[in-house]
Amino acid sequence: MSDPKIALAGHRFFSGIDPAIVETLAECAREVSFAAGEYLVREGEPADRFFLLEYGTVALELHRPGRDPLVLETIHEGEVVGTSWVVPPYRWSADARALDLVRAIAIDVRCLRGKSDSDPKLGYELLKRFLPLFVQRLEAVRLQLLDVYGKSPD
Amino acid sequence: MRDPDPFVPRLFRVEEARRENADTTTLGLVPSHGEIPSFLPGQFFMLYAFGVAEIPVSVSGLSGTGRLLHTIRAVGAGSRALCRLRPGDFLGARGPYGSAWPLDRAEGDDLLLIAGGLGAAPIRSALLRALAERERYGRVVFLYGARGPTELLFRPELEGWQRRPDLEVQVTVDHAPPSWRGSVGVVPERIGHARFSPAHTTAFVCGPEVMMRFTASALLAAGVSSERIFLSMERNMKCALALCGRCQFGPAFVCREGPIFRYDRIARLLFLREI
Repeated sequence: MSDPKIALAGHRFFSGIDPAIVETLAECAREVSFAAGEYLVREGEPADRFFLLEYGTVALELHRPGRDPLVLETIHEGEVVGTSWVVPPYRWSADARALDLVRAIAIDVRCLRGKSDSDPKLGYELLKRFLPLFVQRLEAVRLQLLDVYGKSPD
Repeated sequence: MRDPDPFVPRLFRVEEARRENADTTTLGLVPSHGEIPSFLPGQFFMLYAFGVAEIPVSVSGLSGTGRLLHTIRAVGAGSRALCRLRPGDFLGARGPYGSAWPLDRAEGDDLLLIAGGLGAAPIRSALLRALAERERYGRVVFLYGARGPTELLFRPELEGWQRRPDLEVQVTVDHAPPSWRGSVGVVPERIGHARFSPAHTTAFVCGPEVMMRFTASALLAAGVSSERIFLSMERNMKCALALCGRCQFGPAFVCREGPIFRYDRIARLLFLREI
Protein backbone atom coordinates (compact mmCIF):
# COMPACT_ATOMS: atom_id res chain seq x y z
CA MET A 1 0.00 0.00 0.00
CA SER A 2 1.55 3.32 -1.03
CA ASP A 3 1.68 6.49 1.05
CA PRO A 4 -1.70 8.32 0.67
CA LYS A 5 0.11 11.68 0.89
CA ILE A 6 2.13 10.92 -2.23
CA ALA A 7 -0.91 9.56 -4.04
CA LEU A 8 -3.01 12.60 -3.09
CA ALA A 9 -0.36 15.14 -4.04
CA GLY A 10 0.10 13.38 -7.39
CA HIS A 11 -3.57 13.18 -8.26
CA ARG A 12 -4.78 15.54 -10.97
CA PHE A 13 -7.76 16.71 -8.94
CA PHE A 14 -5.48 18.07 -6.23
CA SER A 15 -2.81 19.36 -8.57
CA GLY A 16 -0.88 22.28 -7.01
CA ILE A 17 -2.54 21.94 -3.62
CA ASP A 18 -0.86 23.23 -0.45
CA PRO A 19 1.20 20.38 1.12
CA ALA A 20 -0.26 21.22 4.53
CA ILE A 21 -3.73 20.45 3.16
CA VAL A 22 -2.46 17.19 1.72
CA GLU A 23 -1.31 16.23 5.23
CA THR A 24 -4.82 16.86 6.53
CA LEU A 25 -6.53 15.05 3.65
CA ALA A 26 -4.24 12.06 4.10
CA GLU A 27 -5.58 11.56 7.61
CA CYS A 28 -8.98 10.83 6.03
CA ALA A 29 -7.68 8.84 3.03
CA ARG A 30 -7.13 5.19 2.24
CA GLU A 31 -6.40 3.28 -0.93
CA VAL A 32 -9.13 1.01 -2.25
CA SER A 33 -9.68 -1.21 -5.25
CA PHE A 34 -12.72 -2.69 -6.99
CA ALA A 35 -13.02 -5.57 -9.42
CA ALA A 36 -14.82 -5.09 -12.74
CA GLY A 37 -18.57 -5.09 -12.14
CA GLU A 38 -18.29 -4.22 -8.45
CA TYR A 39 -20.20 -1.21 -7.17
CA LEU A 40 -18.33 1.62 -5.48
CA VAL A 41 -21.56 3.14 -4.21
CA ARG A 42 -25.28 2.57 -4.55
CA GLU A 43 -27.98 5.16 -5.15
CA GLY A 44 -29.74 6.22 -1.95
CA GLU A 45 -27.01 5.08 0.44
CA PRO A 46 -25.24 7.63 2.65
CA ALA A 47 -22.60 9.58 0.72
CA ASP A 48 -19.85 9.11 3.24
CA ARG A 49 -16.89 8.99 0.83
CA PHE A 50 -15.58 10.28 -2.43
CA PHE A 51 -13.04 8.61 -4.67
CA LEU A 52 -10.05 9.94 -6.56
CA LEU A 53 -9.58 7.52 -9.45
CA GLU A 54 -6.01 6.42 -9.98
CA TYR A 55 -6.72 3.65 -12.47
CA GLY A 56 -9.74 2.31 -14.32
CA THR A 57 -13.15 3.55 -15.38
CA VAL A 58 -16.36 3.91 -13.41
CA ALA A 59 -19.87 4.19 -14.87
CA LEU A 60 -22.45 6.33 -13.11
CA GLU A 61 -25.76 4.58 -13.62
CA LEU A 62 -29.38 5.29 -12.87
CA HIS A 63 -31.50 2.32 -11.89
CA ARG A 64 -34.79 1.99 -13.84
CA PRO A 65 -37.39 -0.58 -12.72
CA GLY A 66 -37.92 -3.27 -15.33
CA ARG A 67 -35.31 -1.84 -17.69
CA ASP A 68 -31.57 -1.81 -18.03
CA PRO A 69 -29.86 0.88 -15.97
CA LEU A 70 -29.03 4.06 -17.85
CA VAL A 71 -25.36 5.00 -17.99
CA LEU A 72 -25.24 8.73 -17.25
CA GLU A 73 -21.52 9.20 -17.72
CA THR A 74 -18.22 7.47 -17.24
CA ILE A 75 -15.50 8.70 -14.90
CA HIS A 76 -11.90 8.07 -15.78
CA GLU A 77 -8.41 8.03 -14.30
CA GLY A 78 -7.54 11.40 -12.78
CA GLU A 79 -11.19 12.27 -12.10
CA VAL A 80 -13.45 12.18 -9.05
CA VAL A 81 -16.33 9.85 -8.27
CA GLY A 82 -18.76 11.30 -5.78
CA THR A 83 -20.13 14.80 -5.32
CA SER A 84 -23.27 13.93 -3.35
CA TRP A 85 -21.34 14.25 -0.11
CA VAL A 86 -21.08 18.04 -0.58
CA VAL A 87 -24.75 18.93 -0.23
CA PRO A 88 -27.61 17.60 1.95
CA PRO A 89 -29.13 15.06 2.22
CA TYR A 90 -25.67 13.50 1.65
CA ARG A 91 -26.96 10.46 -0.22
CA TRP A 92 -25.70 9.04 -3.50
CA SER A 93 -27.84 10.13 -6.46
CA ALA A 94 -26.61 7.32 -8.75
CA ASP A 95 -24.90 3.93 -8.69
CA ALA A 96 -21.18 3.88 -9.46
CA ARG A 97 -19.98 0.63 -11.06
CA ALA A 98 -16.41 -0.32 -11.90
CA LEU A 99 -16.17 -1.11 -15.62
CA ASP A 100 -12.74 -2.67 -15.16
CA LEU A 101 -10.26 -2.98 -12.33
CA VAL A 102 -10.42 0.28 -10.41
CA ARG A 103 -7.83 1.64 -8.00
CA ALA A 104 -8.70 4.79 -6.10
CA ILE A 105 -8.06 6.88 -3.03
CA ALA A 106 -11.20 6.94 -0.86
CA ILE A 107 -11.69 10.00 1.29
CA ASP A 108 -13.84 9.58 4.40
CA VAL A 109 -16.02 12.68 4.34
CA ARG A 110 -17.19 12.44 7.97
CA CYS A 111 -13.54 12.78 8.90
CA LEU A 112 -13.14 15.56 6.32
CA ARG A 113 -16.22 17.52 7.41
CA GLY A 114 -14.96 17.67 10.97
CA LYS A 115 -11.62 19.00 9.80
CA SER A 116 -13.23 21.49 7.37
CA ASP A 117 -15.43 22.88 10.15
CA SER A 118 -12.40 23.65 12.24
CA ASP A 119 -10.17 24.72 9.33
CA PRO A 120 -11.94 27.12 6.90
CA LYS A 121 -8.89 27.12 4.61
CA LEU A 122 -9.38 23.40 4.00
CA GLY A 123 -13.11 23.88 3.39
CA TYR A 124 -12.44 26.74 0.96
CA GLU A 125 -9.85 24.70 -0.93
CA LEU A 126 -12.30 21.83 -1.31
CA LEU A 127 -14.99 24.24 -2.50
CA LYS A 128 -12.61 25.67 -5.12
CA ARG A 129 -11.88 22.16 -6.38
CA PHE A 130 -15.44 20.84 -6.37
CA LEU A 131 -17.33 23.88 -7.67
CA PRO A 132 -15.72 23.79 -11.16
CA LEU A 133 -16.52 20.09 -11.23
CA PHE A 134 -20.21 20.83 -10.64
CA VAL A 135 -20.20 23.49 -13.38
CA GLN A 136 -18.38 21.22 -15.83
CA ARG A 137 -20.83 18.38 -15.23
CA LEU A 138 -23.82 20.71 -15.49
CA GLU A 139 -22.57 21.96 -18.86
CA ALA A 140 -21.99 18.41 -20.04
CA VAL A 141 -25.52 17.40 -19.03
CA ARG A 142 -26.93 20.42 -20.90
CA LEU A 143 -25.08 19.37 -24.02
CA GLN A 144 -26.38 15.81 -23.65
CA LEU A 145 -29.92 17.11 -23.18
CA LEU A 146 -29.67 19.16 -26.37
CA ASP A 147 -29.32 15.92 -28.31
CA VAL A 148 -27.06 17.71 -30.77
CA TYR A 149 -26.65 14.62 -32.92
CA GLY A 150 -30.37 14.37 -33.55
CA LYS A 151 -31.73 14.77 -37.08
CA SER A 152 -32.26 18.07 -38.86
CA PRO A 153 -33.68 18.00 -42.42
CA ASP A 154 -31.66 18.79 -45.59
CA MET B 1 -15.47 27.06 -77.02
CA ARG B 2 -17.59 27.95 -74.03
CA ASP B 3 -16.72 26.84 -70.49
CA PRO B 4 -18.98 24.09 -69.23
CA ASP B 5 -21.99 25.33 -67.31
CA PRO B 6 -20.96 25.18 -63.62
CA PHE B 7 -24.51 24.24 -62.65
CA VAL B 8 -24.54 21.11 -64.78
CA PRO B 9 -23.53 18.07 -62.74
CA ARG B 10 -21.28 15.30 -63.98
CA LEU B 11 -22.70 11.83 -64.11
CA PHE B 12 -21.29 9.49 -61.44
CA ARG B 13 -21.94 5.79 -60.97
CA VAL B 14 -22.46 4.29 -57.53
CA GLU B 15 -19.99 1.41 -57.21
CA GLU B 16 -20.43 0.83 -53.52
CA ALA B 17 -23.16 1.57 -50.95
CA ARG B 18 -22.08 0.70 -47.44
CA ARG B 19 -24.54 1.01 -44.57
CA GLU B 20 -22.77 2.71 -41.65
CA ASN B 21 -25.71 2.63 -39.23
CA ALA B 22 -29.52 2.76 -39.27
CA ASP B 23 -29.72 6.00 -41.23
CA THR B 24 -26.27 6.69 -42.68
CA THR B 25 -24.74 5.29 -45.85
CA THR B 26 -21.35 5.73 -47.50
CA LEU B 27 -21.46 5.84 -51.29
CA GLY B 28 -18.38 5.01 -53.35
CA LEU B 29 -18.59 6.95 -56.63
CA VAL B 30 -16.74 6.97 -59.93
CA PRO B 31 -17.41 9.32 -62.85
CA SER B 32 -19.08 7.72 -65.85
CA HIS B 33 -16.48 9.47 -68.04
CA GLY B 34 -13.07 10.89 -67.29
CA GLU B 35 -10.95 11.09 -64.19
CA ILE B 36 -12.04 11.30 -60.58
CA PRO B 37 -11.83 14.99 -59.73
CA SER B 38 -9.05 15.84 -57.32
CA PHE B 39 -10.16 17.22 -53.98
CA LEU B 40 -8.71 18.34 -50.69
CA PRO B 41 -9.85 16.97 -47.31
CA GLY B 42 -12.67 19.13 -45.99
CA GLN B 43 -14.09 20.10 -49.40
CA PHE B 44 -17.58 19.13 -50.51
CA PHE B 45 -19.54 18.17 -53.60
CA MET B 46 -23.10 18.97 -54.53
CA LEU B 47 -24.74 15.57 -55.00
CA TYR B 48 -27.90 15.40 -57.07
CA ALA B 49 -30.49 12.67 -56.64
CA PHE B 50 -32.19 13.01 -60.00
CA GLY B 51 -35.59 14.58 -59.83
CA VAL B 52 -35.46 14.97 -56.06
CA ALA B 53 -32.85 17.40 -54.75
CA GLU B 54 -29.24 18.50 -54.81
CA ILE B 55 -27.47 18.68 -51.44
CA PRO B 56 -23.93 19.48 -50.25
CA VAL B 57 -21.98 16.50 -48.94
CA SER B 58 -18.38 16.57 -47.71
CA VAL B 59 -15.94 14.05 -49.08
CA SER B 60 -15.19 11.39 -46.49
CA GLY B 61 -12.18 10.07 -48.40
CA LEU B 62 -11.00 8.09 -51.35
CA SER B 63 -11.31 4.31 -51.19
CA GLY B 64 -8.38 2.00 -51.82
CA THR B 65 -9.83 1.32 -55.24
CA GLY B 66 -10.08 5.00 -56.08
CA ARG B 67 -13.75 5.60 -55.38
CA LEU B 68 -14.83 8.98 -54.16
CA LEU B 69 -16.51 8.39 -50.80
CA HIS B 70 -19.40 10.42 -49.49
CA THR B 71 -21.12 9.61 -46.22
CA ILE B 72 -24.76 10.67 -46.12
CA ARG B 73 -27.32 10.66 -43.34
CA ALA B 74 -30.93 10.22 -44.43
CA VAL B 75 -32.66 13.22 -42.90
CA GLY B 76 -34.61 14.83 -45.76
CA ALA B 77 -35.91 14.07 -49.23
CA GLY B 78 -32.55 14.56 -50.99
CA SER B 79 -30.44 12.66 -48.52
CA ARG B 80 -33.00 9.85 -48.25
CA ALA B 81 -32.99 9.46 -52.03
CA LEU B 82 -29.18 9.35 -52.09
CA CYS B 83 -29.09 6.79 -49.28
CA ARG B 84 -31.45 4.56 -51.28
CA LEU B 85 -29.02 4.36 -54.22
CA ARG B 86 -27.42 1.00 -54.87
CA PRO B 87 -24.38 -0.12 -56.89
CA GLY B 88 -25.05 0.49 -60.57
CA ASP B 89 -27.28 3.50 -59.94
CA PHE B 90 -26.29 6.98 -61.09
CA LEU B 91 -26.28 10.42 -59.53
CA GLY B 92 -25.08 13.88 -60.48
CA ALA B 93 -22.15 15.56 -58.79
CA ARG B 94 -20.60 19.02 -58.98
CA GLY B 95 -17.42 20.01 -57.23
CA PRO B 96 -15.26 19.94 -55.30
CA TYR B 97 -16.08 23.23 -53.62
CA GLY B 98 -14.95 25.24 -50.63
CA SER B 99 -11.96 25.50 -48.37
CA ALA B 100 -9.96 22.57 -47.02
CA TRP B 101 -8.54 21.51 -43.68
CA PRO B 102 -5.18 23.31 -43.44
CA LEU B 103 -3.06 20.19 -43.11
CA ASP B 104 0.03 21.91 -44.50
CA ARG B 105 -0.21 24.70 -41.98
CA ALA B 106 -0.46 22.12 -39.18
CA GLU B 107 2.83 20.49 -40.14
CA GLY B 108 5.11 20.11 -37.13
CA ASP B 109 2.22 20.52 -34.70
CA ASP B 110 0.27 18.00 -32.71
CA LEU B 111 -2.94 17.40 -34.64
CA LEU B 112 -6.19 17.18 -32.73
CA LEU B 113 -9.13 15.99 -34.84
CA ILE B 114 -12.49 16.29 -33.11
CA ALA B 115 -15.71 14.99 -34.60
CA GLY B 116 -19.29 14.80 -33.45
CA GLY B 117 -21.93 12.68 -35.18
CA LEU B 118 -21.80 12.94 -38.97
CA GLY B 119 -18.86 15.34 -38.54
CA ALA B 120 -16.74 12.19 -38.50
CA ALA B 121 -17.08 12.09 -42.30
CA PRO B 122 -15.16 15.28 -43.21
CA ILE B 123 -12.76 14.67 -40.32
CA ARG B 124 -12.08 11.18 -41.68
CA SER B 125 -10.68 12.60 -44.91
CA ALA B 126 -8.25 14.76 -42.88
CA LEU B 127 -7.33 11.85 -40.64
CA LEU B 128 -6.60 9.56 -43.59
CA ARG B 129 -4.37 12.21 -45.14
CA ALA B 130 -2.56 12.81 -41.84
CA LEU B 131 -1.99 9.07 -41.36
CA ALA B 132 -0.68 8.79 -44.93
CA GLU B 133 1.85 11.52 -44.11
CA ARG B 134 2.24 10.61 -40.44
CA GLU B 135 5.83 11.87 -40.16
CA ARG B 136 4.70 15.47 -40.77
CA TYR B 137 2.95 15.76 -37.41
CA GLY B 138 3.65 15.29 -33.73
CA ARG B 139 0.94 13.48 -31.80
CA VAL B 140 -2.22 12.77 -33.77
CA VAL B 141 -5.36 12.51 -31.66
CA PHE B 142 -8.88 11.67 -32.84
CA LEU B 143 -11.75 12.44 -30.46
CA TYR B 144 -15.12 11.23 -31.65
CA GLY B 145 -18.52 11.66 -30.07
CA ALA B 146 -21.83 10.15 -31.11
CA ARG B 147 -25.32 9.87 -29.76
CA GLY B 148 -25.00 6.18 -28.88
CA PRO B 149 -22.83 3.13 -29.65
CA THR B 150 -25.05 2.00 -32.55
CA GLU B 151 -24.69 5.37 -34.25
CA LEU B 152 -20.91 5.33 -34.55
CA LEU B 153 -19.65 5.62 -38.12
CA PHE B 154 -16.75 3.76 -39.78
CA ARG B 155 -16.75 1.11 -37.05
CA PRO B 156 -14.38 -1.48 -38.59
CA GLU B 157 -11.97 1.31 -39.44
CA LEU B 158 -12.33 2.84 -35.98
CA GLU B 159 -11.21 -0.43 -34.41
CA GLY B 160 -8.15 -0.44 -36.66
CA TRP B 161 -7.31 3.15 -35.75
CA GLN B 162 -7.62 2.30 -32.04
CA ARG B 163 -4.92 -0.34 -32.46
CA ARG B 164 -2.41 2.02 -34.07
CA PRO B 165 0.43 3.03 -31.77
CA ASP B 166 0.90 6.34 -33.60
CA LEU B 167 -2.68 7.50 -33.17
CA GLU B 168 -4.66 8.23 -30.01
CA VAL B 169 -8.37 7.56 -30.44
CA GLN B 170 -11.02 8.38 -27.87
CA VAL B 171 -14.64 7.57 -28.55
CA THR B 172 -17.45 8.77 -26.36
CA VAL B 173 -21.23 8.56 -26.59
CA ASP B 174 -23.97 10.68 -25.04
CA HIS B 175 -26.05 7.71 -23.96
CA ALA B 176 -25.26 4.02 -23.64
CA PRO B 177 -26.62 0.74 -22.36
CA PRO B 178 -24.71 -0.94 -19.50
CA SER B 179 -23.06 -3.32 -21.98
CA TRP B 180 -21.07 -0.43 -23.52
CA ARG B 181 -17.47 -0.62 -22.30
CA GLY B 182 -16.39 2.77 -23.57
CA SER B 183 -16.74 6.34 -22.43
CA VAL B 184 -20.10 8.03 -21.82
CA GLY B 185 -20.03 11.80 -21.87
CA VAL B 186 -19.67 14.69 -24.27
CA VAL B 187 -16.73 15.26 -26.60
CA PRO B 188 -15.42 18.51 -25.08
CA GLU B 189 -14.80 16.66 -21.81
CA ARG B 190 -12.41 14.28 -23.56
CA ILE B 191 -10.05 17.13 -24.47
CA GLY B 192 -8.71 17.20 -20.92
CA HIS B 193 -7.80 13.51 -21.21
CA ALA B 194 -6.03 13.66 -24.55
CA ARG B 195 -2.26 13.90 -24.82
CA PHE B 196 -1.15 16.95 -26.79
CA SER B 197 0.96 20.02 -26.28
CA PRO B 198 -1.51 22.96 -26.35
CA ALA B 199 1.02 25.54 -27.50
CA HIS B 200 1.91 23.38 -30.48
CA THR B 201 -1.47 21.99 -31.44
CA THR B 202 -3.71 22.55 -34.44
CA ALA B 203 -7.29 21.41 -33.93
CA PHE B 204 -9.88 20.56 -36.59
CA VAL B 205 -13.45 20.35 -35.35
CA CYS B 206 -16.55 19.17 -37.18
CA GLY B 207 -19.99 18.47 -35.81
CA PRO B 208 -23.22 20.22 -34.90
CA GLU B 209 -22.63 23.91 -34.31
CA VAL B 210 -23.48 23.77 -30.60
CA MET B 211 -21.00 20.94 -30.11
CA MET B 212 -18.34 22.96 -31.97
CA ARG B 213 -18.95 26.05 -29.79
CA PHE B 214 -18.50 24.01 -26.60
CA THR B 215 -15.49 22.23 -28.08
CA ALA B 216 -13.81 25.48 -29.14
CA SER B 217 -14.31 26.85 -25.62
CA ALA B 218 -12.76 23.72 -24.13
CA LEU B 219 -9.81 23.96 -26.54
CA LEU B 220 -9.21 27.60 -25.61
CA ALA B 221 -9.43 26.69 -21.91
CA ALA B 222 -6.84 23.96 -22.53
CA GLY B 223 -4.48 26.55 -24.02
CA VAL B 224 -4.88 25.99 -27.77
CA SER B 225 -4.60 29.27 -29.70
CA SER B 226 -7.77 30.50 -31.44
CA GLU B 227 -5.67 30.88 -34.60
CA ARG B 228 -5.00 27.16 -34.56
CA ILE B 229 -8.59 26.02 -34.18
CA PHE B 230 -10.54 25.32 -37.39
CA LEU B 231 -14.25 24.58 -37.61
CA SER B 232 -16.25 23.14 -40.49
CA MET B 233 -19.42 25.19 -40.70
CA GLU B 234 -22.70 24.06 -42.15
CA ARG B 235 -25.26 26.31 -43.79
CA ASN B 236 -27.97 25.81 -46.36
CA MET B 237 -25.79 25.69 -49.47
CA LYS B 238 -27.64 25.65 -52.78
CA CYS B 239 -25.56 26.98 -55.67
CA ALA B 240 -22.11 26.32 -54.13
CA LEU B 241 -20.81 29.15 -56.34
CA ALA B 242 -21.35 32.09 -53.99
CA LEU B 243 -24.15 33.39 -56.19
CA CYS B 244 -27.41 32.58 -54.49
CA GLY B 245 -26.55 33.88 -51.02
CA ARG B 246 -28.35 31.08 -49.20
CA CYS B 247 -25.27 30.17 -47.19
CA GLN B 248 -24.25 33.68 -46.20
CA PHE B 249 -22.51 33.70 -42.85
CA GLY B 250 -21.78 37.29 -41.87
CA PRO B 251 -19.45 38.68 -44.54
CA ALA B 252 -18.65 35.24 -45.93
CA PHE B 253 -20.33 32.57 -47.99
CA VAL B 254 -19.88 29.15 -46.46
CA CYS B 255 -19.69 27.54 -49.92
CA ARG B 256 -16.77 29.73 -51.00
CA GLU B 257 -14.83 30.99 -47.96
CA GLY B 258 -15.88 27.92 -45.98
CA PRO B 259 -16.85 25.37 -44.99
CA ILE B 260 -13.57 25.36 -43.05
CA PHE B 261 -13.04 28.58 -41.09
CA ARG B 262 -10.38 29.66 -38.63
CA TYR B 263 -12.05 30.06 -35.26
CA ASP B 264 -10.78 33.54 -34.43
CA ARG B 265 -12.27 34.82 -37.69
CA ILE B 266 -15.78 33.56 -36.99
CA ALA B 267 -15.95 33.41 -33.17
CA ARG B 268 -17.98 36.61 -33.01
CA LEU B 269 -20.46 35.31 -35.58
CA LEU B 270 -21.06 32.12 -33.64
CA PHE B 271 -22.66 34.13 -30.87
CA LEU B 272 -24.77 36.39 -33.09
CA ARG B 273 -28.42 35.45 -33.36
CA GLU B 274 -30.13 34.99 -36.74
CA ILE B 275 -26.94 34.33 -38.68
